[in-house]
Amino acid sequence: MAAVFQYGVARALSDPNLKLAIDRTTVTAERKRAAALADYPQFAAARERGTAIKDHVVANLDHYLEEFERNATASGAKVHWAADADEACRIVLGICREAGARRVTRVKSMLGEEIGLPHALEEAGIERVETDLAEHIVQLAGETPSHIVWPALHKTREQVSALFKAAHRVPHEADTVEAMVESARRELRDRFLSAEVGISGANFLIADSGAVCVVTNEGNAELTTTPPRVHVVTAGIEKLVPSIAHAFAMLRLLVRSATGADLTQYTTFHCGPKRPGDRDGPEEFHIVLVDNGRSRMLRDGLREMLRCIRCGACMNHCVVYRQIGGHAYGGTYPGPMGAVLTPALEGVDKARDLPHACTLNGRCQEVCPVSIPLPTLLRGWRDRSWKEGLVPRGVRSGLGLWRFAAERPWLYRLGTAAAVRAMRLFRRGGWIARMPFAGAWTRYRDLPAPAGRTFMEQLRDWERGR
Amino acid sequence: MTANPRGTEQCPRVGLFVTCLADAIRPRLGFAALHLLEAAGCAVEVPRAQTCCGQPAYNSGDSRGGAALARRVIAAFEGYDYVVVPSGSCAGMIRMHYPEALAGDPAWLPRAEALAGRTHELLSFLVDVRGWRPEGVSLAASATYHDSCAGLRELGILAQPRALLREVEGLELRPLTGNDVCCGFGGTFCVKYPSISNAIVKEKAVLIEATGTELLLGGDLGCLMNMAGALHRRGSKVRAFHTAEVLAGMGGGPAIGEEG
Ligand code: SF4
Repeated sequence: MAAVFQYGVARALSDPNLKLAIDRTTVTAERKRAAALADYPQFAAARERGTAIKDHVVANLDHYLEEFERNATASGAKVHWAADADEACRIVLGICREAGARRVTRVKSMLGEEIGLPHALEEAGIERVETDLAEHIVQLAGETPSHIVWPALHKTREQVSALFKAAHRVPHEADTVEAMVESARRELRDRFLSAEVGISGANFLIADSGAVCVVTNEGNAELTTTPPRVHVVTAGIEKLVPSIAHAFAMLRLLVRSATGADLTQYTTFHCGPKRPGDRDGPEEFHIVLVDNGRSRMLRDGLREMLRCIRCGACMNHCVVYRQIGGHAYGGTYPGPMGAVLTPALEGVDKARDLPHACTLNGRCQEVCPVSIPLPTLLRGWRDRSWKEGLVPRGVRSGLGLWRFAAERPWLYRLGTAAAVRAMRLFRRGGWIARMPFAGAWTRYRDLPAPAGRTFMEQLRDWERGR
Repeated sequence: MTANPRGTEQCPRVGLFVTCLADAIRPRLGFAALHLLEAAGCAVEVPRAQTCCGQPAYNSGDSRGGAALARRVIAAFEGYDYVVVPSGSCAGMIRMHYPEALAGDPAWLPRAEALAGRTHELLSFLVDVRGWRPEGVSLAASATYHDSCAGLRELGILAQPRALLREVEGLELRPLTGNDVCCGFGGTFCVKYPSISNAIVKEKAVLIEATGTELLLGGDLGCLMNMAGALHRRGSKVRAFHTAEVLAGMGGGPAIGEEG
């Protein structure tokens, strides 16, 4: 294990609050998703269709990007193109400066996190107000999201209450969820109305109308994107769908997979700035289309990953995520999808552990609403890291030795026969509690001692006795 | 091996792939498999050229090593009507991943595909291919069942072991919460990331104990060793067997980790 990952894992595993928080949310999410699917017999068909829609868009990305740009521009939006994270941040900051913004409101957007927008805004001296309740918690705590749907999943209710009491101007008194939400609302409301720029992400970009779809459960997206004079959308280029009907097809999958609801509380389509006669809306509407490694993923055998609709089901159902939480992954995106994406975004040399720290149990693929073969993609990264010499020397030489023998059955027979005899020297009864070279196993579990002779050795007698 | 004639439908020739773990740690499982296949009317042979299916290499990113071992297994087994493996993950490796591992090798790919189509995990082979059910096997015990991931998700094995165990007289099968959730073994994962693996298997052990059963059954020795090892470290009294052992009437013998 690389030191950073090891540290993150050790920290996570020794934090009982983290485990409590993870279990509270993921267990509920798992149960609700299962109930929603039981209620939705068309799920399998919808999943096939959703997968096909995304594949079609990814295969015709240029076409849909042009169509989207054309229609968005016609509706009065200004479309910007950003090749990477830096360029995306520069564009957003440029818009903010132009608008004379001192304060911006932001709706939760994982793309924003990916390109480092929160940090860039702060560096530029622009006050950033996170309007999503969970993002507000994360901001107060000076942290980053640990889940793509519930950014503050790593915090227990009790920890959030303490945080609010310490940070809010008029903190809540009663320790109820309602009182805490009320406290956050008091804290945030006036800032909603005084921001010059509102920044959101996008769940879908609708090619044939140039509209942007954003879903939330708190209504904060509407308050972020309507009152400020300028609305900026930052979106990955894979968010495209051909039409609004396709967006709805994807929404059916997204919401059920994420929260188990049929639909989010708020599903908003933004199309261009305020028009003459409109009661409200921004005067300027900017859309920043971000590549940031996505076209490279297309070429690098990660095409299927571009289907991802960021529902979070894979991490909710991941045994590793459920033990170590999101922060240990060290990237913007955690869990199985993060273990595929982070090496693509940051380089496999920096994230070598992520694709390896997985049991390849396949549950993520089973629950993914767009059937992304996550284990196969993770195995692909393992291949890459082997080829690039990133696999630790100990593992490499151990496997090399084993393989040398495994390719020579006679040697393998001798080797196993010797090994089982050596192992038996360490047994107590039928178990081995400690043994050289087996510390990784025996530190936590007992190891069943091998029988005295291997199957292949015993087989000879068995056959003779017939 | 290719020179040998094929068997008949009544008596197919089966090459038993014992698996490296059963060979080294639990030979009883190999004999249980032999016994069951013969009971199900097969002519069983154990090719001596077998070692390991190659998962440790393939899943560690050493695709060349994985492919090299795949070629050996194919060469050793392609003369048989069927290859049967008492492990979902090794059977899954041959069925699902050999064709992947040899996709770039036009000489071997057809052979890999042909073998993949004839390879089965033991319990599902007994039920789906042989239509076999145990007769006169009894074991007075309560048991719970863990579905190992590769067998469950790569091969769709869920009903078969239960259908077989239902025929064991005196055996009471109780459901396990999270029966389809990974136990944290993951092959080399459990020694590469032992602390995570431990956290996962600890949760599993608690759920197994909560069933209050005497036995834990499963179809993959690796996962069973992981769970049994964690249970034993906790001081639990739950005993673990591979399902094949129970079906072969060996459930009265030593469980995993007991001296026999
Ligand atoms: S990989 Fe699949 S399950 Fe995971 S977030 Fe993306 S769409 Fe959801």
